[in-house]
Amino acid sequence: MSSNETLVKPEPNAPKGIQMTTATVGAPRRTAAAPAPIPFARLAKVELRKMFDTRSGLWLMISIAAVAVIASIAVIAFAPDSAITFQSFAAAIGFPMAIVLPIIAIMSVTSEYSQRSGLTTFTLVPQRGRVIGAKAAISLLVAIVSMVVAGVVGALGNLLGAAIAGVDTVWNVSVAQFTGIVLANVLGMAVGFAYAILIRNTPGAVVAYFVYALALPTVTGLLAGLQDWFNTARPWVDFNYTVTGLFDKLPDGGQGWAQLATSGAIWLLLPAAIGLRQVLRSEVK
Amino acid sequence: MITVSDVSKSYGRGKGGRALLAVDHVSFTARPGRVTGFLGPNGAGKSTTLRVVAGLTPADAGSATVLGEPIAALPNPGVQVGVLLDASAQHAGRTGRETLILSQLTMGLPRARVAEMLELVSLTADEADRRVRNYSLGMRQRLGIATALMGEPEVLILDEPANGLDPAGIRWMRDLLRDYANRGNTVLLSSHLLHEIEVVADDLVVIGNGRIVADGTKEQLLSSAGTFAAAADLDALQGALQAAGVGVSGGTGGLTVDAEADQVGRIALAAGIPLRELRPAGSAGLEEMFLQLTADTQREGVAA
Repeated sequence: MSSNETLVKPEPNAPKGIQMTTATVGAPRRTAAAPAPIPFARLAKVELRKMFDTRSGLWLMISIAAVAVIASIAVIAFAPDSAITFQSFAAAIGFPMAIVLPIIAIMSVTSEYSQRSGLTTFTLVPQRGRVIGAKAAISLLVAIVSMVVAGVVGALGNLLGAAIAGVDTVWNVSVAQFTGIVLANVLGMAVGFAYAILIRNTPGAVVAYFVYALALPTVTGLLAGLQDWFNTARPWVDFNYTVTGLFDKLPDGGQGWAQLATSGAIWLLLPAAIGLRQVLRSEVK
Repeated sequence: MITVSDVSKSYGRGKGGRALLAVDHVSFTARPGRVTGFLGPNGAGKSTTLRVVAGLTPADAGSATVLGEPIAALPNPGVQVGVLLDASAQHAGRTGRETLILSQLTMGLPRARVAEMLELVSLTADEADRRVRNYSLGMRQRLGIATALMGEPEVLILDEPANGLDPAGIRWMRDLLRDYANRGNTVLLSSHLLHEIEVVADDLVVIGNGRIVADGTKEQLLSSAGTFAAAADLDALQGALQAAGVGVSGGTGGLTVDAEADQVGRIALAAGIPLRELRPAGSAGLEEMFLQLTADTQREGVAA
């Protein structure tokens, strides 16, 4: 039999003994109103919970506080007295944070695919864009809370370090500078998130992020040194370079923000848009 | 109610290679109050079809609806459709209980449902607090069933739910599905094992090579599976039946005849052969039919 014609035509209302006493074939069992849609806040709550409910997730979260503390201790132990300033602590904490936060964002997306829990997640919430939105919102929340934690740890380290070294405490990070650091970390995390929805595989997305964050700057830096035109164009097209600038200060004019926007469109928005399109259309295996 | 209408899905397009047509214009309906068995050999397209219904795989053509809507249009699918496609697709690092809590939260159900479900699927509190990576396939299957049933959906879609269950577990699953359908719900379950499906299903949909090859109630398919006839002189009986132009195949201690019992009786009477046994071939015949229907796709290449 090779055609798809049916061997036996089913009778729509074939009598079936006792089952017929409890069910009316062809009619829905309940006439209750349709259930309420799932609110976004509920999805966000679920995604927040997923960040903490595995050992790897929990340790990543703990590592945020841990690296802040370890970096502060390192500054106190090794920095010369003249370098016991808030800026030293902010820089020491900021670097590992720029690694850990993107990994948290990446794992929140890719674990659904690598661990295949997405089969359940996307069956319960077929509007996959809402799940991705909830993950993005929670990643942003984690980033901001982490930066506050890091700021507090850094401030305590600065107070403690100054007391130990017997020097005056130096608060040489302005609100604008701190905002720049937060923005830089959030944008770095966003790049990780974008690569995660584009690649949908944990090692792949982590490697892609490290290439972007650690390997690419060497290449672009070399190119900028050799080619004058690229040195001029670099802030407009090299997002990592532009974002790294935020650690020093916020852009002080329209051009700086425009550079952030154009380079961000290339390295963040484009992969995010392609990734989102793929998440919505691809098979969840 | 699940309606699959003319669904097609192929893989591997591009690069000049021939596309593999995994599902080829598949249509069938799973009705409320009944267990519909979705039967086919490995690679016949069962899982792909169920994934299309669950909204995880986009169909190239055709549509699938659950309760009259594509699953993506349901406001809170979990409380309307319970789905278990692959019991091993669960986060290995979460505990079983946590896995259920996430589903409970997503669906907006009371927390008490988690404990109720654990009890229903016979996972102890101790087991529930273990990480899923330490679960056997049978335990994962139970956890998956718990997730699917948690929202008290009126439609259940299960892909090979008996995999990894021990005999007692299979019996438990069968009773649970029977009971679930008896309460007016729609149950669609797939299997590559005829016997597993036969004992629980009311309706059967048989798929081979991506196409529906048989579709009907179990009784209809059983009665269409021919007649079993036995006589002291089997050769004479076979000769008489063949002379009458009826399809005959040999079996253990008798013949499977492609005709109604009445006709077989008349042929035997006319030939003066006393019959020892005459009855619908039933499940043995259904198995024979299943193997023949799917012979094209059987990896073992069963001779039809």
